[in-house]
Amino acid sequence: MSDNGKGLSEVLSKHEADLQADWIKEQTAGSARRTGAIKEVELRDQCKEFLGLVIEALQGGGDLDVRGPRWNPVRDLLANLSRSRGLQGFTPSETASFVFSLKKPLFARIRRDLSKDGEAMAEATLAATVLLDGLGLYTTEVHQKAREEIIARQQQEMLELSTPVVTLWEGILALPMIGTLDSARTQVVMESLLQKIVDTASSIAIIDITGVPTVDTLTAQHLLKTVTAARLMGAECIISGIRPQIAQTIVHLGVDLGDVTTKASLADALAVALERTGRAVRRVRAGS
Amino acid sequence: MVVSKDEIMEIRASDHVVLVRQAVRKWSTELGFGLVDQTKIITAASELARNTLDYGGGGTVRLEAVESGGRRGLRLIFEDQGPGIVDLEKALTDGYTTGKGMGMGLSGSKRLVNEFDIVSRVGEGTRVTITRWK
Repeated sequence: MSDNGKGLSEVLSKHEADLQADWIKEQTAGSARRTGAIKEVELRDQCKEFLGLVIEALQGGGDLDVRGPRWNPVRDLLANLSRSRGLQGFTPSETASFVFSLKKPLFARIRRDLSKDGEAMAEATLAATVLLDGLGLYTTEVHQKAREEIIARQQQEMLELSTPVVTLWEGILALPMIGTLDSARTQVVMESLLQKIVDTASSIAIIDITGVPTVDTLTAQHLLKTVTAARLMGAECIISGIRPQIAQTIVHLGVDLGDVTTKASLADALAVALERTGRAVRRVRAGS
Repeated sequence: MVVSKDEIMEIRASDHVVLVRQAVRKWSTELGFGLVDQTKIITAASELARNTLDYGGGGTVRLEAVESGGRRGLRLIFEDQGPGIVDLEKALTDGYTTGKGMGMGLSGSKRLVNEFDIVSRVGEGTRVTITRWK
């Protein structure tokens, strides 16, 4: 089977220019190409480079194992292409059709060149199928991997985004929580709050849960643990942003928030915090 | 009781608990639940989904939009094939837990819904059915 790729290699080298032209036509005509998403020039370069590299990889033996080292340059090209198309919002099948659309023009050339030798034709067709299927699947794989990387990065970003500890006043911190309070995030929240308490030598921390859609027993437990830890470090916590429906739910759940100060709004909590630190806000002139 | 719509969701990872909450939120909104009723059933679903995952070793939840005597409601059936609950009465006591939680989830969710039913067999699994009427 070692000369599997020989006939294919000959067809490819002989018709390189024609194949390229037909292939591009195939891609621009088919629904595979998003109109305007990829420039004609860019596509031409990609096709030319791909064909050149495939011919090179097939040279001197018919190694059709696309995972082998011989195919490294081709795989690199496809990986780049797949990534850039993935970023442009192409679907995996749109990306893979870059490779698959070569089948039609290639098969046509094989048929024309090798029609006299049935066995050689069958062999070259099989080789072309094995090769293009392998490479096409590879683009899908890269595409998916790129997507997964994007998702992982976004998750990481969300983790960091959602835990800003802000200084409201000297000695008064606020932690506006947003979204789901599940264990991984709550850990980060707790750590950043406790660290900020140390850094700013604050005595009061307001945890605002206006942006937390559901407060169940696990959320409540996390909140209480945070409050306890802050207290051990000498800071008092106020929980604010408890909406009416959340308050009712907490009561029915039977969760006891103990002696934690709670307020309906962040403004109320700030007023309490200012008072506890010996300050008051006073109007200096009649406002509008 | 007539079931007008149903769906089964897997609970195999902690992310699924979030998805269950979102689904329950969507369904209860569609059924026209008020904000308080919505929050109650979402919270109960959150508790029970987490129990299914943590104590039942994972399982499923079946969401059903039900209608009975002109009332519309949402019924949720949580099922697992876990170790089961040895002492149901104890498990339904406030503050009792065999895990690390507060021990309020099961008893708390019972108070958050209109109908609550639990069947558990040691070695076979647990099924909790809750219904909240509009």
